[in-house]
Amino acid sequence: MFFSFMDELRAAGISASLKEHLMLLEALDKDVIAYSPEEFYFLTRATFVKDEGLLDRFDQVFAKVFKGIATTYGAEETPIPEDWLKAVAEKYLSEEEMKKIKALGDWDEIMETLKKRLEEQQKRHQGGNKWIGTGGTSPYGNSGYNPEGVRIGGESTHKRALKVWEKREFQNLDNTRQLGTRNIKVALRRLRRFAREGNADELDIDGTIDGTARQGWLDIKMRPERHNAVKLLLFLDVGGSMDPFVKLCEELFSAATSEFKNMEFFYFHNCVYEGVWKDNSRRFSERTPTWDVLHKYGHDYKLIFVGDASMSPYEISHPGGSVEHFNDEPGAAWMQRLTNTYPAAAWLNPVPEQQWGYSQSVRIIKELMNDRMYPLTLEGLDDAMRELTRKAG
Amino acid sequence: MQQKDIRMKRFEGTQDYVATDDLKVAVNAAVTLRRPLLVKGEPGTGKTVLAHEIAKAVGAPLIEWNVKSTTKAQQGLYEYDAVARLRDGQLGDERVHDISNYIRRGKLWEAFESPELPVLLIDEIDKADIEFPNDLLQELDRMEFHVYETKQTVKAAERPIVVITSNNEKELPDAFLRRCFFHYIKFPDRDTMQEIIDVHFPDIQKTLVAKAMDIFYEVREVPGLKKKPSTSELLDWLKLLLHEDMPLEVLQDRDPTKAIPPLHGALLKNEQDVMLFEKLAFMARRKPV
Repeated sequence: MFFSFMDELRAAGISASLKEHLMLLEALDKDVIAYSPEEFYFLTRATFVKDEGLLDRFDQVFAKVFKGIATTYGAEETPIPEDWLKAVAEKYLSEEEMKKIKALGDWDEIMETLKKRLEEQQKRHQGGNKWIGTGGTSPYGNSGYNPEGVRIGGESTHKRALKVWEKREFQNLDNTRQLGTRNIKVALRRLRRFAREGNADELDIDGTIDGTARQGWLDIKMRPERHNAVKLLLFLDVGGSMDPFVKLCEELFSAATSEFKNMEFFYFHNCVYEGVWKDNSRRFSERTPTWDVLHKYGHDYKLIFVGDASMSPYEISHPGGSVEHFNDEPGAAWMQRLTNTYPAAAWLNPVPEQQWGYSQSVRIIKELMNDRMYPLTLEGLDDAMRELTRKAG
Repeated sequence: MQQKDIRMKRFEGTQDYVATDDLKVAVNAAVTLRRPLLVKGEPGTGKTVLAHEIAKAVGAPLIEWNVKSTTKAQQGLYEYDAVARLRDGQLGDERVHDISNYIRRGKLWEAFESPELPVLLIDEIDKADIEFPNDLLQELDRMEFHVYETKQTVKAAERPIVVITSNNEKELPDAFLRRCFFHYIKFPDRDTMQEIIDVHFPDIQKTLVAKAMDIFYEVREVPGLKKKPSTSELLDWLKLLLHEDMPLEVLQDRDPTKAIPPLHGALLKNEQDVMLFEKLAFMARRKPV
């Protein structure tokens, strides 16, 4: 039962397992719900989705799998009249296709094709609305839809509103969207690694008991308190093409400062060269030589770049390529030095991942970073943090 | 073993708690199957209260385990007070010979051995260390654990109803999640909010509520708020308005130059947010209307 549903869930990235499947069957067996589509939807949702970020995706999968099935029962539903469908089919299928299908003489076939068409169209309209738009880009254009608004997602001639799962209320919780400070904090917490360092000012009870048992007298043992031992080196790109992303970077930055004790940050412009700075208003007067950074902070620091990596390729590959000053060595050399010194490194790019391919410099930087470039979304940040902790091992 | 049949009592919300349909299904599934129910949602949407209400609805005692950043999973099972035993040993106390004198029961143990079927609330599980949920996997799955010091196994006569709340500060491990039902309490829409207010203030003036809700949702819409006010804040605010006998006109004549709602302290919990509102008011004053 519902195996295809589980497959679809897994395909959509919701990790449904046998355990949950059995739980669902058990719940159905024990009559937890009355047999209505809504309750079934609520139950499956409570069973399979464990993260509000996945709720929206679940709604989509549910709509896809139970489309048609869920509408065949329920009192106020009326079947779609066949001639209405025929009319729609005529509008949506080209004459050639109609001929072809007519040659086959199979009404089911026509319906199948129509369904596919409609699904395709729906995919193109992922704006979240279930109404087919009038300004669509689909080859079947707007003429196919009359102003009364034939609803495709709800398959309806009846008056009922969209079903619960079709409302997609949880859309803005989807974790592929961009993030706010709080979300960033949660993601950054992945990096936390506790260690005992510093003054021994906490009573080590286990050690004391052990010591006492061995010695025969009360042998108090102390140990240092546990705290977060992760060290972070943050390089932020400022100015120019990064201006639209300043707010995002600020949020990342404010989240990062409160999360780590050992955190150093530096600014750079477009690409890292021989000097970086800490105060953007005095970027020309107070520079820190990058060599000093490399020498001062140990290998165990984790390195994070934040930048759009969008520049002229010469700024990376050639001496003198920088737009602000004359650099003796190419940016690539500095990038290499940094990544060599700090094995745990990642580049966070606020530009959406889909656009990376269009810019040569992004590709070069990505290569220099050994592919460790991540989009500045919650998911990307999560991946980046996972990568950083992996290298730490 | 006496099986108390509580399946008859379906959770339908209570007199003081408005439950949405999806919440009811999730609660009933968790209660029937005796699997933990994991509840997430914005702060102030009634996650902790839910456990209280389930206990009330089912007529079961509630055992609360409030998790802090220093809480260890072991503390929920039992603790062995070695220091006390050591002291007694040096003083030559008789009790020292029986190790079970120094075993302190945790909340889970309490729940397992409760004479009546209890509701166990593990509040804010995400506050604890990342490993915390993993350490409770077996215990919550089989509802039993072993006490090494006394070599006894504590087993629940009947699986307790477990409600776990999380504020999403840490991600919970997959293996843990697999064993739970999950519900995300989303922020109530206006109709639900109206119901909630009706439940809490049955005699309140309808117009006052309508006005207050307008202001409340407006405040929530203001971009850049650090902490959006939630249900519990709205209820507090209404309580204050009633208490102060705030005349309806104050809410009604919304002067744009006074962008800050009266008694805003109940709604805005952050000085930056208050400043933001003052700034908005200032800007409204400067704009010629």
